[in-house]
Amino acid sequence: MIPEIKIMIHQGKQFIPNVFTAQVPGIFRGRPVISTEKTDTEQLIRCCPTGAISENQGVCLDMGKCLFCGECADRFPEKIKFTKDSKLGTNFREGLIIREGIDRPVQFDKSLIREEIRGLFKRSLKLRQVSAGGDNSCEWELNASNNVQFDISRFGIEFTASPRHADGVVITGPISRNMAMALQSTWDAVPKPKVLILAGTDAISGGLFAGSNGLDRSFLDHNRVDLYIPGNPTHPLNIINSILRLMRPD
Amino acid sequence: MDKYIEIKNSIPIPLKSIPEMDYNDFLSTNTLLAASENNHCVALFGDKKTDHMLLFCCMANDATHTIYVNSTRVLLSEQYPSLSRVHFSFHIFEREIHESFGLQYTDHPWLKPVRYPWYRHDQTKSIENYPFYHIQSEELHEVGVGPVHAGIIEPGHFRFICNGEQILHLEIQLGYQHRGIEKLIVEKDNLLTQTLLSESIAGDTVVGHTVSFSRTIESLSGFEAPEHLEMARTLALEWERMAIHSGDLSAIATDVAYQLGSSVFGRLRTPIVNSFQVWCGNRLAKGLIRPYKNRFPFNKKLASEFNKVLDEYWPDYTEMFDRMIDLPSVLSRLEKTGIVTRDQHLAIGSVGMAARSGGLSRDIRQSHPHDGYHLLKHQPVLLTQGDVYARTLLRDNEIRQSAGYIRQLISLMPEADSIPAPPTSLLPDSFVVTLTEGWRGEIAHAAITNKNGKLALYKIKDPSMHNWMALALAVRNNEISDFPICNKSFNLSYCGFDL
Repeated sequence: MIPEIKIMIHQGKQFIPNVFTAQVPGIFRGRPVISTEKTDTEQLIRCCPTGAISENQGVCLDMGKCLFCGECADRFPEKIKFTKDSKLGTNFREGLIIREGIDRPVQFDKSLIREEIRGLFKRSLKLRQVSAGGDNSCEWELNASNNVQFDISRFGIEFTASPRHADGVVITGPISRNMAMALQSTWDAVPKPKVLILAGTDAISGGLFAGSNGLDRSFLDHNRVDLYIPGNPTHPLNIINSILRLMRPD
Repeated sequence: MDKYIEIKNSIPIPLKSIPEMDYNDFLSTNTLLAASENNHCVALFGDKKTDHMLLFCCMANDATHTIYVNSTRVLLSEQYPSLSRVHFSFHIFEREIHESFGLQYTDHPWLKPVRYPWYRHDQTKSIENYPFYHIQSEELHEVGVGPVHAGIIEPGHFRFICNGEQILHLEIQLGYQHRGIEKLIVEKDNLLTQTLLSESIAGDTVVGHTVSFSRTIESLSGFEAPEHLEMARTLALEWERMAIHSGDLSAIATDVAYQLGSSVFGRLRTPIVNSFQVWCGNRLAKGLIRPYKNRFPFNKKLASEFNKVLDEYWPDYTEMFDRMIDLPSVLSRLEKTGIVTRDQHLAIGSVGMAARSGGLSRDIRQSHPHDGYHLLKHQPVLLTQGDVYARTLLRDNEIRQSAGYIRQLISLMPEADSIPAPPTSLLPDSFVVTLTEGWRGEIAHAAITNKNGKLALYKIKDPSMHNWMALALAVRNNEISDFPICNKSFNLSYCGFDL
């Protein structure tokens, strides 16, 4: 037998048949849930290294700032729990904020999808990826989304080699000052209408690097974000399900 | 007076025990050390004071398993002869010192920008006007690639000077990923924040860098890590090596258009990284390594899980690798492509996997063993050809070696019992340098504490700091179409370099 065929038979089918229901194996620090238990809120807020936890009509946790390190859940297990829910993407910044006592999937506001992109990318979305100060972990998981197991391209989602061929840009990393200009040039080179996706906590808020002199996040001041995918890094199931929500909201 | 103090990997010393000498002595001592193959520079950095600057140099001796440290005092108003002129392996360190502080060298052979840090001395220089090397010729042309690349890759700019399809010269411009991690680690006076920063140095070397950071902090506070903690860290380091090497084989197969190898090696990586997920809740091992603790002890259940992953990995891996390495169409792309000779590796100070594939044995696991490597009695895999094929074979050899180590570590793993209480402060006015062999090569973290026992300076060196120059040399006289395969065969870090 030709060795290649033998190898293919040994490998069998590797793809995850249903990415909507697939579960991450082992421990997963996904969507957090905050209980209504009384706790030392001041200590809880202080234990978060990125200031993701705050108090505003009860305790809130901003997934856009959360590094999913799990320190808060380790120290206040009765107050904060990370669930195995891996679908964390949403199209509005407020949607990333988890509130005390509310345990429900991350909300997605269909009405906020811009008119010019609504329904346009249902079956095909070509993206250009720009790593701007990323630590190569979200980049790594974006690549993994396209391996034979996760196989994001089955949904028509692909990463292009040129901005001219793209329908949008995925940014990873906190946007370093040294990448600010290259990011802007890439964005300008993508034909309209185009979508803007932020993948990873660093991209959404700057994460650990927020406020560092090494960053220049002004790009986000004058461009509207269509999809936020939090995570450190973003798990492939999170990436795929989040992008699909934007492509096929109905 | 002593020319240096001889110290051990990750053992702190009082700052004032480091001999401070005249610059000329500093230059001659360290360049003389570098002339011996046993020695190489693991760190050379500046510590700026109000009216002067101290330079610290750490030369590791692979034969004696010690590190020679000395220092000198320089003035930013003066000019100095460079160490790089005598031995080129110092070039990257001196460039960094020049860029950050403005120290002037009279004869540095290649005083190019390193990463355009936000705190660079000369703010008029910007990443948009890097001074590339040019050739005036009607026959030659230049090709610029990046910073954004044709895939999901980190940013960097490659400038080729070509004669037709043939590359004559490649200059690599980095710095796009610079976030200022070294400064942030010092500024953030919070252990968890600092640890998370060390997790973000390079997302593909999370274990390597967090182990380095944890050992640095633990040594500075006099904490003795119990055996089970050291063994778990060693296992994590080897597991990371297996995962990334498998992924790299997939990338190499992709770049020679061998689709089956690309898919199979890619999919073989998944169960390995998923085991990290099972162990600590993250596929890249973020959250696993913390100073002073074993947050997710390696228990019996994990042991059988990891053994099972290895059992299943093995037949598929060997079948695929043996087939790939038997195909003339694959071999013709790998053999004699991107050669870096042993002399070149020695001259530029290559480390890790790249050096070992070109006949130069640089492996911290053997030369300055730490954690569980004392038990494993590691013998580095050493190949001599220095081409893409050697770097491919080396990965295969190391995957096999790591798998053996992992089995051994699992069987030797002691029960995770109690851990001593974490100390609350670091030794004041101390100095430490920590060397770790990550999957890519030697990682060096150096730290200095102030009189209050707080970090005053933190220096990080990813192996990529040395090895990017090896890539630039590898592609010379190769066809430009072979650049991607050469690049993948090194798989260097952009963010680990840019910091």
